Amino acid sequence: MNTVYKIIESILPFSWTEYNFMKNALLAIIIISPMFGSMGTMIVNNKMAFFSDALGHSALTGVAIGAIFGISDVNLSMLIFAVVFALLLNRIKRKKTVSSDTVISVFASLSMAIGLVVLSRGGNFAKYSALLVGDILSISWDEIGYLLIIFIVSLLFWLFCFNKLNAISINETLAKSKNIRVALLEDLFSVLIAVIVMSSVRWIGILIINALLILPAAASRNMASNVREYHLFSVIISLFSGICGLIISFYAGFAAGPTIVIIAALIFFVTLLLSLILRHN
Amino acid sequence: MFGIMDKIKPRIKAAATSEAACGLHCIKANNITVRKGRQLIIDKINLHIHCGKITVLIGRNGAGKSTLIKAILGEIKHEGSIEFTDLRNRTVENLSIGYVPQYINLGKNTPMSVYDLFASYISNAPAFMYKSKKIYQRVKEQLAIFDAEDLIDKRACDLSGGELQRLLLSIAVTPIPNLLLLDEPVSGIDRNGRQLFYQNIAKLKSNYDLAMIIVSHDFDFVRKYADHVILLDKVIVKEGTPEEVLSSEDFQMVFG
Repeated sequence: MNTVYKIIESILPFSWTEYNFMKNALLAIIIISPMFGSMGTMIVNNKMAFFSDALGHSALTGVAIGAIFGISDVNLSMLIFAVVFALLLNRIKRKKTVSSDTVISVFASLSMAIGLVVLSRGGNFAKYSALLVGDILSISWDEIGYLLIIFIVSLLFWLFCFNKLNAISINETLAKSKNIRVALLEDLFSVLIAVIVMSSVRWIGILIINALLILPAAASRNMASNVREYHLFSVIISLFSGICGLIISFYAGFAAGPTIVIIAALIFFVTLLLSLILRHN
Repeated sequence: MFGIMDKIKPRIKAAATSEAACGLHCIKANNITVRKGRQLIIDKINLHIHCGKITVLIGRNGAGKSTLIKAILGEIKHEGSIEFTDLRNRTVENLSIGYVPQYINLGKNTPMSVYDLFASYISNAPAFMYKSKKIYQRVKEQLAIFDAEDLIDKRACDLSGGELQRLLLSIAVTPIPNLLLLDEPVSGIDRNGRQLFYQNIAKLKSNYDLAMIIVSHDFDFVRKYADHVILLDKVIVKEGTPEEVLSSEDFQMVFG
């Protein structure tokens, strides 16, 4: 732990790295943002932005369930609920009786309402409002360790399953004809999104976590011409806005999450403008 | 090393193609029935197809053509069975099926090259990490079957309808399946593109040992290339040679 801190201090000898909570936050950002950057590319391709948004909102219900059953570890109840929620949404989506954004919307509103009802009993919601905007400065060393484990798992998943997921995203039937297990992979991917969103939502905030998944990928799309560039740019943009956002929020006294999102959004607009100009010429 | 393999490969392929259209592989679909709730979509369809033959499915919209294709693919629940037999020694083998879809989900400006798209279906080398030389070469060879090797570095979303069709055809025949299913392959393609596509189908038929089922509305194509035509409307209304079916009363009833 101390060695890592020393390394950070020697590489970045600035006033903000003097604080341990800033060093922790920096480490968390360095782990979270590449994950979000790469998963985001597939979420944008598959038009799943609404799905991941709903998952983020379901964190409230997870916390509420934890409160009802007296589960001390909120992370656990959030995670379990989100995984169940994601699998349930997939199941309903496959029935194809209702349009999928309608289904997602119905379930997302319901789960959020349940969460709010439970958590606001006796006018106590203020206690949970940190969940809405997130507080990356409060992350502990152990929690960084969990993030690292999730990072490694998702990297492995991505290495082994990216091609198949991409194949499914282009055409399900074609993927099936190549013996790709469509339902299984879709479920695994949804569970993975649930896991990474839930592992980060307390630090980034329910209201903006989806932006962190979507914006870097959306900005990268403006410039990339193949999947390698798409991933690379997305990860770089994600890391850049994460680190810059953290530093700016420290000196300016803003909340870190929203600052990161604003920077990512600015990058999106700049890349959009550039791509429009380039295409015109 | 690579050069040697390249020289050997065409010979291996040639050896395989000498068996082209041996006529000894037989695909039988028995009593395929698909229900949606209480409604019967297709009812007790029997098919008997030999390798090297083109079977064309025709019929009005909603006649169950796509449903039959999806049932054969195993994508939707169906009753009945599909068998694949080698008539030389009467053994039942696993049927490999290639599929050419009507469209693909690729949003505007999706950063994905033809290589990325192709590699996703035929390889596990993670396309987002690196471009595998071996796979790149293989993709190029497969695209070359349909004179589409120049497309390999283009963005897939920029392809014309005809180019996309050739790409999908290449993917479907990598590796060569026993049965190739094509669902309205020429919708949204101009006349020149169609001609080229039909030539490619003819090329496949004469060079490889596979059977094809094509859903089509193009009766010129049916006359010229089909070996067997099936007029479908929930059940098989009429089947036979193109002349038999296209001149039948049933055909006039549906399309006349």
